Amino acid sequence: MFPVPMERWPLILSTLFFLVSFGWTMFALGAGKYRPSRLNLVVISAGFAAQTWFLYLRGEMLGRCPLTNLFEVLIFLSWSMVLFYLVIGPAYRLTLLGAFTAPFATIFQMVALIAPLDAAPVVGASRPNPWLELHAAVSVMAYGAFALACVAGLMFLVQERQLKSHRFNAVFYHLPPITELATAIKSLLFAGMALLSVGLGAGFVVGSPGKKILWGIGVWVLYGLILLMRQKLSARRVALMAVTAFTVTLASLWGINQLPGGPN
Amino acid sequence: MGAADGANGFSKPLQVGCVGISHRTADVAVRERFAVGDPVLGETAAGVKELEGLCGAVVISTCNRVEYYFAASDAAQAVEQIRQRLGVGVEPGFYAHAGRESVAHLMRVVSGMDSMVPGETEILGQVKKAYQSAVEAGAANREVHVLFQKAFAVAKEVRSQTNITRGPVSVGGVAVDLAEKIFGKLAHCKVMILGAGETAEQTGRALVSRGVRSIFVSNRTHDRAVELANSMGGAALHFDEWQNWAHDVDIIVGSTAAPHAVVLREPMEKLMGQRPARPLFIIDLAVPRDVEASVNELEGVYVYDIDALQQIAERSLTFRRAELVQCEAIIERCAREVAEKLGEEKAESGWEKVESGKRKAETDERNRAERDSLPQVARKGAPEGAGNVETDEGNAETGERKLSVRE
Repeated sequence: MFPVPMERWPLILSTLFFLVSFGWTMFALGAGKYRPSRLNLVVISAGFAAQTWFLYLRGEMLGRCPLTNLFEVLIFLSWSMVLFYLVIGPAYRLTLLGAFTAPFATIFQMVALIAPLDAAPVVGASRPNPWLELHAAVSVMAYGAFALACVAGLMFLVQERQLKSHRFNAVFYHLPPITELATAIKSLLFAGMALLSVGLGAGFVVGSPGKKILWGIGVWVLYGLILLMRQKLSARRVALMAVTAFTVTLASLWGINQLPGGPN
Repeated sequence: MGAADGANGFSKPLQVGCVGISHRTADVAVRERFAVGDPVLGETAAGVKELEGLCGAVVISTCNRVEYYFAASDAAQAVEQIRQRLGVGVEPGFYAHAGRESVAHLMRVVSGMDSMVPGETEILGQVKKAYQSAVEAGAANREVHVLFQKAFAVAKEVRSQTNITRGPVSVGGVAVDLAEKIFGKLAHCKVMILGAGETAEQTGRALVSRGVRSIFVSNRTHDRAVELANSMGGAALHFDEWQNWAHDVDIIVGSTAAPHAVVLREPMEKLMGQRPARPLFIIDLAVPRDVEASVNELEGVYVYDIDALQQIAERSLTFRRAELVQCEAIIERCAREVAEKLGEEKAESGWEKVESGKRKAETDERNRAERDSLPQVARKGAPEGAGNVETDEGNAETGERKLSVRE
């Protein structure tokens, strides 16, 4: 047994909360016992509180925004996604969105915990340009919104497929109406675009755009096209594109972080 | 422990019980002879309370049941008193329950477990109304209050803790539920009804009852379209005009008598091209079908014909009946608690001990029979058109008679 650093315990606790939320919902749905309740929201909120605690400890330790490597980026991304869920879930009465969000948060955090991504953070290094920190933090929050749009997109596709095929399973009765999901997807895409625009703007203030900012522009163009075409596309296609675009973004996130110069 | 009732001079614990007939035990011809009108429910209960040995009464009378609930010093004597008042000697179909069994029976009734369609909710409102009438007429005493208040609480628990109410069980109910699954709130939805027959009208009214405010009716006989549109607060369209307006509707209900499809793929494809982001729900109630089958393949279009709707209704009914076992466990637990609160356990007489054993066997038999007869019941329960929208407590004609009765 290797010792677990103290600051990791909140992260482990948070991952366990999300795992419990997801596991219980899946079990309840499978057993036909699922009831919309505040309990899931409470468990996810507890997970969010633990995430926040971890990020605070990490930030204190580094003396800067904890976005110095892929490990931290994944945790911050998970935190952003859960933050958007907590804002948008109750507003749209999307109770089951939590059940779909929890596995994503669990996977992000388990990958972060297990994979060797936490490459020696520079403790006590001089504080970077605040515009750069703003750029990084707001951009990752934008990806959190895109991640939740992806989750809502998956829910839409599950629901839509059942409506088309006339075959309903236990999940069907608890999923929100597809029109409400379509609205939530668009709202999240707009929120993500707004944040990414701010993030990219802050990046330009820092100096001449590097490869990572160019990559961010690529993501901005991709989502911008989806939003531009949304009126000409069916809601199913928008949902499908929200899922695909985030998958592409997530896959390329790893690649872009391999580029020299840190995740910022 | 039932309190002594000074007015009646009783000093031993009061017992609760009931006498009645239901769709399970008697034909509508028998039930209608004993039906009590809503305006006189309280008055009738007050009259029953005045019978010798009775301290409280509530009379429930719906299309599917007439039941007299009471609190009395001697349940067996009270049953006889009520029978005499009703002029019932050995009338087949009447049953009587006392003590815990009567508590459990009322709980099953208000939870919709004893209804023709398990889990229907209208009965709860009807029983609440009957109880309120009895209270206002001064016919309810402490035991009756405890009995009914607990039964209402249990009905809530049964509905929230089980899936007894899950899924619609009528064609109209399925159509409306699906519309809500697609659009959420229906207040902003525009509906077009093709055909002006009874099924179209019922489905249209079901949609209006869920919030739809904008309805167009198009029919080959324009006068009939005008009549139906006026009755629902909508607008009538000539039949050759409906396609010009279809681009702006969310739900189309097809119910024409046309021998061929009237909603075809090609024009619908063009229509959806004008509004790709706006889904279209088509409810095809006609036979032969009004909608070409391939229309369902179009992006954003959801077509449900009468078979699809009926299959969903049947699946819901099957599911609800399977939930009865779980509901019964809640009822058993709660009935025991209420009976203890009322002192019924301690006061249980020899009559009740014998009868409760019989009734347990009857309940088991009923549950078994219901499970065995699911497909038949489902078919009978499903109307030919879109008629029933979750009001099955009021639908006596499709009732089944499987339960053996005591008498």
